[in-house]
Amino acid sequence: MTRDEHVVVADHVTRRFGAVVALHDVSLSVGQGELVGLLGPNGAGKTTLLSLVAGLRKPDAGTVRLFGGDPRDARSRLSLGTTPQETGLPSTLRVQEVVALVAGHYAAPMPTGELLERFGLQDLARRQTGGLSGGQKRRLAVALALVGRPRLVLLDEPTTGLDVEGRHVLWQALRDYHAEGATVLLTSHYLEEVEALAHRVVVVGHGRVLADGGLADVVALVARRRVLVTVPADALPRLERLPGVEVLEAAGRPEGVRVTLLAADADELVRTLVGQDAPFRDLEVRGASLEEAFLALTASDGVLEPGRAAAEPVQEVRS
Amino acid sequence: MTVTHAPVPGPAPVRAARPPALWRLVWLHARLGFVETVRIPIAVIGNLLFPALALLFFVVPQREVAQDPVGALVAVAQLGTFAVMSTCLFSFGAGVSEDRAQPFDPYLRTLPAGPGARLTGRVLNGLLWSYCALAPVVLVGWLLTAAELRWEQALQCVALVVGVAVPFLLLGLAIGYRLSAKAAIAVVQAVLFPLAFAGGLFMPPQVFPDWLDRLSMALPSRAVRDLVVQVTAGVEAYPLALPVLLGWTALFAALAVLAYRADEGRRFR
Repeated sequence: MTRDEHVVVADHVTRRFGAVVALHDVSLSVGQGELVGLLGPNGAGKTTLLSLVAGLRKPDAGTVRLFGGDPRDARSRLSLGTTPQETGLPSTLRVQEVVALVAGHYAAPMPTGELLERFGLQDLARRQTGGLSGGQKRRLAVALALVGRPRLVLLDEPTTGLDVEGRHVLWQALRDYHAEGATVLLTSHYLEEVEALAHRVVVVGHGRVLADGGLADVVALVARRRVLVTVPADALPRLERLPGVEVLEAAGRPEGVRVTLLAADADELVRTLVGQDAPFRDLEVRGASLEEAFLALTASDGVLEPGRAAAEPVQEVRS
Repeated sequence: MTVTHAPVPGPAPVRAARPPALWRLVWLHARLGFVETVRIPIAVIGNLLFPALALLFFVVPQREVAQDPVGALVAVAQLGTFAVMSTCLFSFGAGVSEDRAQPFDPYLRTLPAGPGARLTGRVLNGLLWSYCALAPVVLVGWLLTAAELRWEQALQCVALVVGVAVPFLLLGLAIGYRLSAKAAIAVVQAVLFPLAFAGGLFMPPQVFPDWLDRLSMALPSRAVRDLVVQVTAGVEAYPLALPVLLGWTALFAALAVLAYRADEGRRFR
């Protein structure tokens, strides 16, 4: 892919807020028509990256290009659609007035009525936004990102706070819009959301790109299970030596040590334990949160093996 | 929830990526500001009625002023100037700082429009409200006092409002971009009333003690007042009125630009 076909190019971007380094030497390119999910825990730098792409801020070092231009130049943003924060709609304006305001900034916007219908908001057109429910505000916010028929859509946590049905409606609207040829860059700290939408996943943590690759590879990398077992204290070192397993916690109990393990493949771990005839009891297997998975990714012994998942070189594993 | 699953119309073709005309964006933002203000009418009603009420209660009952064509005209001009000044300080000082606190403000900056459209829209909106604030004063003056304007003078006044608005609009912007919403309202009030009183907008400077009259001449409100009175009632302004006003206008412009830059630096660097 040539540079011209890239919709977004971030080149060695560093951005600090006072003493906090929000982004550390991040490079990322998004090509025409991609649907990219930026996955990471809160505070990883996802929102900062989007704000640089949207032209709200400028990097301390490195460059950000949007359609080949400076995102802080209004002309570069002619084909950009973003969402306001859900709480950020002017409460006295009616739904149709907010849509008309945003639509007026674009050359060929969708008709207001049609847009509202697509997002199930047609009955609310004359309602003041202050009177909408949280889910309705969220749908309106995403509708605003699409009203100008932009070629690039930036979505920051698009479905946070939505119920299951509302979430699926929005996902479908985004998939449809992407299928028409748009590029979509969204952030989420829900693995489920990224799995439902993205084709390519970029994992961000501590301001760095930790992994960048196809959906299946990256999901395998960050999907983790918590496995809890109670073992005699002398069996603990054996568990610590198991490959692909991280000991999160070990609490002394009268009957032994309660160990919480983080494993990429819980089935394999249990098979190994049984095969080794390890004296465990009270086995529990639970899904691990993304936060825990990221902890594993950034942990000192580096569960993430370079090249295992990343289509492009993984930036840095250790922080 | 009733939702159709027909495909959303896709992204606009590349050639459609032309910016909309600036006047259209200005119109959009002016209308946005106007509608937002109108929806909470209590925010403007006091501002709109205060000068007219002052005229009604303090000037109309004094027959020697109200029935004197020049005296009445001066009184109307003073309170009219106050109406414009207070509208500008409130809508730019308090209004800008309130908008800055809203998360919608950064969102608007991601739309394909520079800051010019929003600022120009705001100025048009401020001017519109200035005319609205002026209307009741003019109405009371016209119906209940001896004040009269020839039609060409009235036309001059329409243009004069812009001249009166500019310095205070800039001062409002300087306050609005520098301070938080709560502080801005307090500062606007603390600036508005002393400036109006000492500028002779409530009482003519002829009744001031000598020291206050001299001090007053250095104030932008006094300079504006005298120039407005000169155009409307034909009473010559003091010679330094115009230079004093231009000096303050330049200072307020510089403060507004500095405050805007500082705000950019803090929030959008």
